[in-house]
Amino acid sequence: MAMPGWRLPETMTALPTRKLEAFRYTDLRALAAISFATNMATGQAGDLPALGIPRLVFLNGRFSAAHSDTIPFTRDFTPVADDGALPLAQINAGEAQDGITLDISEGVDAGAVLLVSHAAGTGPFAFHPRHRITLGAGARLVLVEVAQGDGVYWHNPVTDIVLHEGAKLAHYRLQDESREAFHLATIRVNIAGLAAYESFTACLGAKLSRAEFHARLHGARAHAHINAAQILGTTQLGDFTTVINHAAPDCASRQTVKSVLSGAARGVFQGRIEVDRVAQKTDGYQMTQALLLSPGAEMDIKPELQIFADDVKCSHGATIGALDPEQIFYLRSRGIPEAQAREMLIRAFLDEALEPVSFAPARELFEAKIAAWWAGT
Amino acid sequence: MFLDTDMLEIKNLTARIGDKEILRGLDLTVPDGEIHAIMGPNGAGKSTLSYVLSGREGYEVTGGAVIYNGQDILAMAPEARAAAGIFLAFQYPVELPGVGNANFIRTAVNAVRRARGQDELDAVAFLKLARAAVASLAMPDDMLKRNVNVGFSGGEKKRNEVLQMALLRPSLAILDETDSGLDIDALKIVADGVNALRGGTFSSLVITHYQRLLDHIVPDYVHVLAAGRIVRSGGPELALELEAHGYAGLEAA
Repeated sequence: MAMPGWRLPETMTALPTRKLEAFRYTDLRALAAISFATNMATGQAGDLPALGIPRLVFLNGRFSAAHSDTIPFTRDFTPVADDGALPLAQINAGEAQDGITLDISEGVDAGAVLLVSHAAGTGPFAFHPRHRITLGAGARLVLVEVAQGDGVYWHNPVTDIVLHEGAKLAHYRLQDESREAFHLATIRVNIAGLAAYESFTACLGAKLSRAEFHARLHGARAHAHINAAQILGTTQLGDFTTVINHAAPDCASRQTVKSVLSGAARGVFQGRIEVDRVAQKTDGYQMTQALLLSPGAEMDIKPELQIFADDVKCSHGATIGALDPEQIFYLRSRGIPEAQAREMLIRAFLDEALEPVSFAPARELFEAKIAAWWAGT
Repeated sequence: MFLDTDMLEIKNLTARIGDKEILRGLDLTVPDGEIHAIMGPNGAGKSTLSYVLSGREGYEVTGGAVIYNGQDILAMAPEARAAAGIFLAFQYPVELPGVGNANFIRTAVNAVRRARGQDELDAVAFLKLARAAVASLAMPDDMLKRNVNVGFSGGEKKRNEVLQMALLRPSLAILDETDSGLDIDALKIVADGVNALRGGTFSSLVITHYQRLLDHIVPDYVHVLAAGRIVRSGGPELALELEAHGYAGLEAA
């Protein structure tokens, strides 16, 4: 795939391999084999989603004022200083040229914002946006993210979120990238006391994708709800990885991750709940379930609990299965055609994962995307 | 014999599960508007008959025919049989977590209406019908809002079968041991549901182990199924005789 004159970024050599425990199930060699251009001119806007809320648009990783609304709490992008131990965030730190910075002042309800990343280029290219979202004490925001595009590209966003005391962020992510694309997202959330982070990720697109969440609950009675639905076919790979660190007492974390895999798709879920010694009365819950629709589909699940406090409630569960023929027959015996019966049961399987999506326009967006997925299979 | 195509005709039906022969030459005719009871000991093939009629996978029909309204239904998919008017009330209704009962029944009603070339019902029109049916079957109001059969008691599951039947308006209802596990109040509600559909061309095959249900759904005919065949047929009094003397010796009859 390498094209003459196209630079292989030095940082590419820093791509994590499967020797790293965190990348044991997700092999990035297909990504490493491609030479990505790093400076792609702003591409065509294509069909951009609209939800009737202020929209911020990035085209090929660059902010496009022409397609974006003006909102009062955006700040200018500033370069990234050196970044910690996560290999993909390190690459992002070296390459980041743009990203959204939202700063919501104390007590302000900022409403809802749609953040769109649209990618379309003529050859393989990469972009590494760095988004920073800060909510002051008691502030509120609903952030809906859509990542989409055409062709071969690597989208490597890092989103750093800081929630001060009592702030509430609802974060809904639709990963609907090109089926030839690589999407490796890192989301780091720092959650102060009484603050709440509610999130749902729908993983539908990309050839290979990973969403890696690091949530740190560092004040008493903080709350994190990190759900996902991975709906994949052909030879797609979707990796959903979470690390939830309970660093203060009386915090709660909830994770429900559902995977629907057809063809020769592969799903990965790695979920770690860390409970520090001080984090007494932690309430942690993690459930992951996979529905394999074909013999070629595969799911790898690695739940981990690391508990140093002695008065905690932590539970986790994992199931992998197929559609139940009894349930299909019951629906068919009532006159519902087989394909529709299967669709109903798959949608029902996903229901619990979608539970945090209380913002109606986001719910409609996800429902429409999921419905379109059945139509395409 | 008067030839009426609007009826169920089972001719010399043989079926097996794996290597095990269950139905061994079963003959039965249910004319329009009649209710026939099928009684028999455990293992006689009662449930197999209901599953073969509704098209469940795993049962291999090895011979014979089942004609309903002039069509050979054995070649039809389960959903096509439902559209043709056949309804099976399950002995063990299936739980569907995440599927709302109202959505489930409306989807079924509209699938059947679509297959019959009728207009679909919108949510408002359907709910009006469904609420009326819920009320007439003395069911709790939240029955439609709950997930299908999830957390339902045994009696509620059976009543939910009757609710589906009332809204799907089949022309042939097969009740597979619907009385099992029911208390007398639930039994009466189930019987009322069937009796409400009685008349016109509605017919029913009531499969039961006990005579008790037949006090409330009085059949036109009673058949005894033993070792995969109908071994005796008679009027409602046959059920009372079986209740008094049991099934012993019937295989030889």
